[in-house]
Amino acid sequence: MKHDIQVTINGTSHQLAVPANRTLLELLRDDLRLTGTNKGCEAGDCGACTVLLDGDPVPSCLVLAVQADGCDVLTIEGLASGNRLHPIQQAFVDTGAVQCGYCTPGMILVSLALLRKNPHPDEAEIRGALSGNLCRCTGYQKIVQAVQAAAKEMP
Amino acid sequence: MNSYRVLNSRVARVDAVEKVVGKAVYTDDMVVSGMLYGAILHSPVAHARILSIDTSLAKALPGVKAVLTHADTGHVKFGVSPARYDETIFCEDKVRYVGDEVAAVAATDPGTAMKALDLIKVVYEPLPILLDGLRAMEPGAPKVHERFHRNICQEVHWHFGDVDAARAQADFVRTDSLSSKMQDGAFLEPQSALAQYDHNGYLTLYSSTQTTHYVHRTLAMVLDIPLHKVRVVKPYVGGGFGPKAACSSMELITALLAMKTGRPVKITFDREQVFLHSRARHQFFHKMTTGIRRDGTISFLEHHCIMDGGAYSSFGIASVYYAGSLLGGPYRLANMKYDGYRVFTNKPVSGAQRGHGAVIARALFEVQLDRLAEEIGMDPLELRLKNVMETGDTTCNELDMSSLGMRECLEAVRERTGWNSRRTKGSSHKADGHGMGVAAGFFVSGAGYPIYRSRTHHCTVEIKVAEVGGGVTVRSGAAEIGQGSDTMLAMITAEVLGIPMEDVKVLSGDSDLSVDLGAYSSRTTLMTGHATRQAAMDARKQILEVLAEKTGIPLDALDIRDGFVHVQGSQMDFASIRKEYLGEHRGFPTQPHGDLLTFAEASRLAFLERGSIIGKGSYRPPPLGGSFKGAAVGTSPAFGCSAQVAELNVDMETGQIHMERITGAHDCGFAINRTQVEAQMQGAMSMGLGEALMEEVKYDDQGRILNANLAEYKIPTAMDMPPLESIIVESHEPNGPFGAKEVGEGAIMPTIPAVLNALYDATGAMVTELPLTPERVLRAIKKARGETSRGDGDTREQV
Ligand code: FES
Ligand code: FES
Repeated sequence: MKHDIQVTINGTSHQLAVPANRTLLELLRDDLRLTGTNKGCEAGDCGACTVLLDGDPVPSCLVLAVQADGCDVLTIEGLASGNRLHPIQQAFVDTGAVQCGYCTPGMILVSLALLRKNPHPDEAEIRGALSGNLCRCTGYQKIVQAVQAAAKEMP
Repeated sequence: MNSYRVLNSRVARVDAVEKVVGKAVYTDDMVVSGMLYGAILHSPVAHARILSIDTSLAKALPGVKAVLTHADTGHVKFGVSPARYDETIFCEDKVRYVGDEVAAVAATDPGTAMKALDLIKVVYEPLPILLDGLRAMEPGAPKVHERFHRNICQEVHWHFGDVDAARAQADFVRTDSLSSKMQDGAFLEPQSALAQYDHNGYLTLYSSTQTTHYVHRTLAMVLDIPLHKVRVVKPYVGGGFGPKAACSSMELITALLAMKTGRPVKITFDREQVFLHSRARHQFFHKMTTGIRRDGTISFLEHHCIMDGGAYSSFGIASVYYAGSLLGGPYRLANMKYDGYRVFTNKPVSGAQRGHGAVIARALFEVQLDRLAEEIGMDPLELRLKNVMETGDTTCNELDMSSLGMRECLEAVRERTGWNSRRTKGSSHKADGHGMGVAAGFFVSGAGYPIYRSRTHHCTVEIKVAEVGGGVTVRSGAAEIGQGSDTMLAMITAEVLGIPMEDVKVLSGDSDLSVDLGAYSSRTTLMTGHATRQAAMDARKQILEVLAEKTGIPLDALDIRDGFVHVQGSQMDFASIRKEYLGEHRGFPTQPHGDLLTFAEASRLAFLERGSIIGKGSYRPPPLGGSFKGAAVGTSPAFGCSAQVAELNVDMETGQIHMERITGAHDCGFAINRTQVEAQMQGAMSMGLGEALMEEVKYDDQGRILNANLAEYKIPTAMDMPPLESIIVESHEPNGPFGAKEVGEGAIMPTIPAVLNALYDATGAMVTELPLTPERVLRAIKKARGETSRGDGDTREQV
């Protein structure tokens, strides 16, 4: 049995019929082929699948697609405007906050949510905001620095 | 100041933009038409005979295209080292751990594949289970493999110098123990593989691997396909750290399912399967006796080690050698004895992980040095400086320190942390809960020999100059797994050819492109860097030769810089070359102009004169190592080294450790990319800190993992990690390209012992079992408080 939902993804409205048990992560990756949202655990533990749901970061593996009905979803693919990177993306590139890149989309999206709410976070606030997103490569040092750099750049 | 234009800079990674916009493709992102989904049936029991397997119900399920068991295979054994091939694609007679592969299916969708697994009926006859590595060698212990006596996978017995004579002359001798827990790689991307088999018998496997080369060889061997008909491609990889460095049953199963069904097949591990497959850090039990002279000179080390390897050999045969050999430096140590045992148990298999085999051994030795320094009343950092090896020294086990900035690293962290004024002198443990600890270590920069016996080049690189002119493509088998090797290849190519980095395209991680042994043993920058430099020099020479012939300017007066040809001394008349180029490009909006010939014109001319221009490079280390058994393991063309100071606070009531800062200095020879060197150091510190403080794969009494998920298996979060300082030391390694050597693994060596030494400084407590959970720390604090004397030798707790 499928449910009809309307969801806006990266600014585009989609009318979709989804099974009740389909997760938002599966909807994005498998149905819409938005594979920038990564799958690391499917249990809400790693943050690799983070997207913004009406502006709030959520692990898309724990959200059912039907729960996104009527919502606005931002994935990593929706952040840059054309070839122009978002300041957070640019900061991740410039500071070397990217290694394997698997955590990167989630890290960037939680950073965006943080900076929208708190444009001038201190280091502890940044670390707190990132703490639901695991990174095995960086030790977080350069990610924290990227968020600090982005905070300076963002309007 | 050096005169490099690209090298030694902080230029952005070539893959950074793709990764921040979400366009980087990892294996599980790939979907091809007609693709089936594979799934694997793992053993639910730790040790049992397989009495029967009934697949008939699974085969009958609509949507199922294949169900495979050992009966469908060629029964070829594989593993990491040919001397220890002890795995088969599927278990044949018995299962040896919870997670061993028993059967697999391919179906039209993942749900059907999972349903089919449930329909496979396996009857097991339970066998006694061996879970405790310390009991593996005891008489009467259950036997994991028939062919391995006393469950010993590999034992090592080394004696360099004369330990007994040195013991007689030592002024202080102490014995300590340290054990660790099995660690998990915990890379963020679970393993995934996608196989395609075509009508001409060619197999292509896309896989999340660190070593396309060994996967290539193993697929060909086990599936009996001619080597040249197998291609292994590595898309972007979400971290590896060692566990992805060998061919797995999952990769073989994916390929076999594709061959049997004639359709593409993909298998992606879930997180639990990542833990079951493991191949990560062993559990170690080390015991060391170290002697020292009153003046601080280290006299000898006697080292005993048991490593719990789980059910199969994997990398273990090398791991047990590394655990011993990598204590030969970075201090002068003339007398060293080592007895190491790598044993089998009925648990998931341990293999190689960042700092292969050597991390816990290093930790205990560095702890011993601190305690001995205390006994003779010497500052522990001073003690290290007193014993440190210098460039040109050779260890007792014949490792040649062709460059070694160990002293510089120690001095750098001493300076940066204000060690001399901030660390309490004399009686070190003031037990106020705040502590500083130092440690050092070193690591290979590329294994001296391939895993199988061969004269093979360890890597080859081709640089193809675009026939149309203007750019080049680097073709390499090297594995970008997040460490930045693609960027290193591009930087070296741009530097040598004298062109901007954006005109260098890197193709890598594909066994059809070139030979490259892969991303392990911290080999890529040194080895593939060498080959890339050579290939770029070759391409450059070919282009300039044509130019010299055409213009009459001597070859050595020609140079390429920033994408233009520069001529020393004389003027070059290139009017006819430009005229021809412009003639070929009528209508193109952008045309070369100005009074310098462009690289585009020069490289186009080279093609017109000579056809395709391909620069070739390769690297193979010179013969290395002594003549004793096992001398090959630990050899390397170069060694990186590292020192760190950890600062922490301990809550004396709860035992909770709060990290304040880690300051590290690493000698990478020469930083190809300064940002990426720091990034490797910081990543290594976080993995070391995780192992020190929290990481532990836990088992129940039936050998089932209790915490096979990232909620209960803790790795450091952004809140757990303290600020990290990374200082780059450059000793200019003569055997490295541009002087470069490793950073990826050496930088983990000091982290655990620096934390242990800081903990002792803070509390006076010695913990002999990792990780440093609050309970263990509190117990050790209480014990330290209750003790009247300290430094009385072995403080090992009951296991
Ligand atoms: S995949 Fe969703 S939190 Fe890990
Ligand atoms: S960059 Fe690899 S997990 Fe964060």
